Amino acid sequence: MDVNAFLAEKADGVLLSWADQCELMTRFDFDCAETERQILQAGYLPARYQRNQQMISTDQQLQLLQSRVAVVGCGGLGGYILEQLARLGVGQIIAIDPDVFEEHNLNRQLLASIELLGTAKAEAARQRISEINPAVRVNSIIAAFSKEKGQEMLGTVDLVIDAVDNIQVRFDLAETCAQLNVPLVHGAIGGWYGQVATVYPGDDALQKLYGNWNGGAGVESELGNPSFTPAVIASLQVAEASKVLLGQGRLLCNSVLSINLLEMQFEEIPL
Amino acid sequence: MKITVKLFASFQAGRFNVEIREYPEPTLIGDVVREQDLPEEKIGIVLLNMVHAKLYQPLRDGDILAIFPLVGGG
Repeated sequence: MDVNAFLAEKADGVLLSWADQCELMTRFDFDCAETERQILQAGYLPARYQRNQQMISTDQQLQLLQSRVAVVGCGGLGGYILEQLARLGVGQIIAIDPDVFEEHNLNRQLLASIELLGTAKAEAARQRISEINPAVRVNSIIAAFSKEKGQEMLGTVDLVIDAVDNIQVRFDLAETCAQLNVPLVHGAIGGWYGQVATVYPGDDALQKLYGNWNGGAGVESELGNPSFTPAVIASLQVAEASKVLLGQGRLLCNSVLSINLLEMQFEEIPL
Repeated sequence: MKITVKLFASFQAGRFNVEIREYPEPTLIGDVVREQDLPEEKIGIVLLNMVHAKLYQPLRDGDILAIFPLVGGG
């Protein structure tokens, strides 16, 4: 029995259950990512994605599987971003962070747990994603993003997501993305407040956002960050990321969405 | 002269969201920043009539000034 015959026999409509996906892996000696590629390419859908189906076609699901996204920072924003990319079905993820989990991360960072205190955030990301969606290939890099090693760390990616915690690294990241000619989805948070923008190579969005920056931290240094602000901003970043990858919808290009959750103000500002 | 001053995010705390305020001529954007005791090192986007502006720029009667703080956490 070949793969197509197997799929035709096992599928319920176009859906293939996880148990059947596992059998396909064993029978044909595929890894999970290859199994998912075979299923999607044949026009079937792993059952885990059935609720994606009304907005993401099977072809687009395959497109997501074949996409490669780097998430720089695996903390407040990064934890939610990684979780959502994996559940969405983005097939290749690079998770970059130099830090380990500490107690003060527990109030907001999705990947942080008491058990993982002292564990590298990038490694926790890899572990978490393997539990959610083993079809996703994760490259975890336990190191700080730097301009010098940036191109090597990111490699060939379709998209980079900014989840770092300081402005200097954001400039370095934007510069590296421009050099690599890849789009960058920017997000930043502080207290009740946050912002999101999508930056294409050649755009000077970061220069506009941080034009008055003189080396210090933003308002987050005084306000801290609660549990909900990173979840909101990360979700908006993943919505932007999915539109970039699938080439649909209106992006926050040459504009920034400034969000105030205390007053529930959402302002789109031209950049 | 009358200037509409809009403050955003944490700059609203203890101040206001939007006010039409009276200023003498000449007044620079930086004068409004100092009058409102906004920390200069935390100033992010400044828009004068929806166009990006610098603190040394002068204001004119009827201008709309919007000031956002720097947000840089992750």
